[in-house]
Amino acid sequence: MKRLLIILLCVLPLFAYANEAKDMAEDPVLEKRMIGLAENLRCLVCQNESLASSHAELADDLRREVREQMKKGMSDQQIIDYLVARYGDFVLYKPPVKNTTYLLWFGPFLLFLLAAALFFYQMRKRRKTMLDTTLTPEAEQRAAALLNDHKDNQA
Amino acid sequence: MRYILPLVAFLVLSAFLYLGLNLNPHEVPSPLIGKPAPAFSLPQLQQPELQFSAQEMRGKVWLLNVWASWCVSCREEHPILVELARQNIVPVYGLDYKDKAEDGKNWLEQHGDPYVLSAADREGRVGIDYGVYGVPETYVIDKQGIIQYKQIGPVTPQVLNQKILPLVAELNRK
Amino acid sequence: MIPEIGNFCIIIALLLAFVQGVLPILGAARSNSVLMGIARPMAVGQFVFVAIAFFCLERSLLTNDFSVLYVAEHSNSELPGQYKFAALWGGHEGSLLLWTFILTIWTIMVAQFSKHLPQEMVARVIGVMGLISVGFLLFMLFTSNPFERLLPAAVEGRDLNPLLQDPGLVIHPPMLYFGYVGTSVAFAFAIAALLGGRMDATWARWSRPWTTMAWVFLTFGVGLGSWWAYYELGWGGWWFWDPVENASFMPWLVTTALIHSLAVTEKRGAYKSWTVLLAISAFSLSLLGTFLVRSGVLTSVHSFATDPARGIFILAFLVIVIGSSLLLFAWRAPKIGLGGKFNIISRESMLLSNNLMLSVAAASVFLGTLYPLFVDALGLGKISVGVPYFNAVFVPLMVPMVLMMGLGPIARWKQASVPDMWVRIRWALGCSVLIAILLPLVMGKWTPMISLGFLLAFWVITTVVMDMGKRLSGREGGLGVRLKSQSRSYYGMQLAHIGVGVFIIGVTMVKGYEAERDVRMDVEDTVQAGGYEFRFDGVRQQTGPNYSASQGRVTVSKDGKVITQMFPEKRVYNASGMPMTEAAIKPGLSGDLYVSLGEPIPNSNGAWSVRIYIKPFVDWIWAGCLLMGLGGILAVSDRRYRVLSRKTKVEAGDSPAGEPALVMEGKTP
Repeated sequence: MKRLLIILLCVLPLFAYANEAKDMAEDPVLEKRMIGLAENLRCLVCQNESLASSHAELADDLRREVREQMKKGMSDQQIIDYLVARYGDFVLYKPPVKNTTYLLWFGPFLLFLLAAALFFYQMRKRRKTMLDTTLTPEAEQRAAALLNDHKDNQA
Repeated sequence: MRYILPLVAFLVLSAFLYLGLNLNPHEVPSPLIGKPAPAFSLPQLQQPELQFSAQEMRGKVWLLNVWASWCVSCREEHPILVELARQNIVPVYGLDYKDKAEDGKNWLEQHGDPYVLSAADREGRVGIDYGVYGVPETYVIDKQGIIQYKQIGPVTPQVLNQKILPLVAELNRK
Repeated sequence: MIPEIGNFCIIIALLLAFVQGVLPILGAARSNSVLMGIARPMAVGQFVFVAIAFFCLERSLLTNDFSVLYVAEHSNSELPGQYKFAALWGGHEGSLLLWTFILTIWTIMVAQFSKHLPQEMVARVIGVMGLISVGFLLFMLFTSNPFERLLPAAVEGRDLNPLLQDPGLVIHPPMLYFGYVGTSVAFAFAIAALLGGRMDATWARWSRPWTTMAWVFLTFGVGLGSWWAYYELGWGGWWFWDPVENASFMPWLVTTALIHSLAVTEKRGAYKSWTVLLAISAFSLSLLGTFLVRSGVLTSVHSFATDPARGIFILAFLVIVIGSSLLLFAWRAPKIGLGGKFNIISRESMLLSNNLMLSVAAASVFLGTLYPLFVDALGLGKISVGVPYFNAVFVPLMVPMVLMMGLGPIARWKQASVPDMWVRIRWALGCSVLIAILLPLVMGKWTPMISLGFLLAFWVITTVVMDMGKRLSGREGGLGVRLKSQSRSYYGMQLAHIGVGVFIIGVTMVKGYEAERDVRMDVEDTVQAGGYEFRFDGVRQQTGPNYSASQGRVTVSKDGKVITQMFPEKRVYNASGMPMTEAAIKPGLSGDLYVSLGEPIPNSNGAWSVRIYIKPFVDWIWAGCLLMGLGGILAVSDRRYRVLSRKTKVEAGDSPAGEPALVMEGKTP
């Protein structure tokens, strides 16, 4: 009986043997880099999803392609150029800065400057064209009296 | 004066929206038009011991049609390709994209084989080089090996008669 | 029979809407009391018939009447009851019916709660809303009839898209539509002002509560949409700058500018033409959003099925409504007048700059959303504009706006004193800088962006707290009396601003500190993440009402103690065969645990790929939206909107343009 117990106790750890789960990716660091890049790329099949999250087969293939290129030592920009050469700018979620996209990239900043200019222009204009509402001395006295009165009431 | 600006801006926008109604935002035009067709060498579907390379086609105008047995729209265009092959106007080569050899062969047996031969792109790598994103797609390649036109989606009689055949004729003249 | 009744009701509603749209406006122009008086009864009539149509379609859905094409396309007999109900707006035609129904609801609300307004104004407002109804009813009748028959009837429906079979579908679209349609009220008020050629502070006071309510619904609607995407789509994202998301965000930005602009117009009589333009823009952007979703012009995950005929119709409607309102604006705005004078450093100027920045932000989102279309239309190629662009552009714009949020409420009207403000904000500034530097270190990682986020969030929160402290102290009386000394409008503003701060904390925390593990888990395997241990207990098969699922069980422990069990699922829906991932989320005040199943690993003993996310403070994002909305509700319930409804009936005369109101220090903002 005692021997059985000892054998059982020795065998028990085998049943409790549970692993620390392994990452799905072979190389988690590389995978993170790939996903980081793929998040800024558009899936061409499920065009509303990024290459990182799409389940389409082409997305799988392209992710595999990006992984392999990274393993070969290509830089992010080289991989981007590789994909753009095949699929065009459409595949990039971050539009390249070229002459057709100057308005896109600089537009908001220009709008901001325009708004600021408008703001200051408005301020200047108002100062010139506004009815100046300074009060006459009697009116001032009355106003002061009223305000004091009100303050007393509030206190 | 400046109060009219919002209206003007809006009318410009409306013009763009109107134009937009006739565009297809899903279509991805190929950046390879006017560029050399990417080189490749793949085993032939029907005769796997032989290879096919795009290089072989220099000096000829030809069509490269990307198809697959799992592709539903391919069945729409297939009769048109079969007819085209029968008329012998321009050679049509197939790229069997991401297909098992058995499936591809069976499909051609079932629906007809308009292709001079089909190259088996099992892993889809050649497809990626050609910018394939949705089967079927068809490329018109000229004598110098430059891609002159890409048809995204099935080849319809309209596209065939209005775009592809005139282009092929023009390229053959050069 | 019922669908035909529904169809017939739409036709009648159209006729009533036409009368409601045309006659009262004519009556207002000619001061004809009879014609103007038609407005309210017509509004009620239209509501009744659209409501009947709405219930007819619901009845068809709930009784599985697959002889109605819409029901056959979007429903299924196995579909749970609440989703059959919500399926009414699961597709294009039905969602138009919902839009129209909500429009009639807003219209009768306006009709009911406007007894104190001058008759011409009411007539014009209800008239404009009637004209908008005409557009939508025509659209339904001519291109998108939800009551179209399918003969012979289908045996079974095609089922609602599994992604939509979720409580989110029951609340998000109606909430959002209440917001979109609510902007039509502000729009109608603006048009009424332009038509009447008169716009004064009282106009702003009348339209302000309606606009704020629309803003509240938009805030809740957009927030709910974001939350729904987060827990539904299975990988933890909550905003994608998708075109349709942007289409809801732009009206929100402009309506935010509008409620602030109305504050100035009400208090100081300034910015009238600007306010009117904002009101027109807010509604125009709502309509534009409707166009973008249904015309197929942009690629979007939210798009309804597209059809060129529909696109043309909405575009025509857009051009007519927006074009004519902007034409009216160009013609009449110069006559409205400019308003009171104020200094370059004053609350007015800060609100103006805030409005300008919100408008620039909205314009930037607009530019990014539509740029691919512009480029393609000009034949210049095809590009995509996505998350990297919007983040790069939007975030820098937010910074000055949030900074202003702390300064605006403490600046005085007409002329603010810089030394005075500095005294009040220096503590807030000091605190926020300190927290911005130290908190990231406490959390374990410091980057400039994280620091910036905390700086902005705590800047807002500390300025609010300090201002409230200042206003509530130095008075006599207990806490109750002191709390009552400030108006609900004030508390609403502060609550909403705090909501923004809470929102920014959520965003900063999640983006700065989220963690992800994508692992292969055999049964009994564990993985460590975020200080927790996750143990995979295998997958078993379950059956739902209209789907079958592989349900995983993941046990979560911390420091050896079991905290919870999570049940992520991989479902396959019976009717469509569509697979769907249902993530398991454990929400918490300091963050969410998020687990989703990937794929079963072939040739293993029940191993699956599992994704585990740790999302710190992510719920603060939606808590912030909730607080913003509650702030708006609080502000609307301010008694001056109720008390004055009696007073303004008596005083509804002109106040000469440009006369500044006397505002006393310490009173309501």
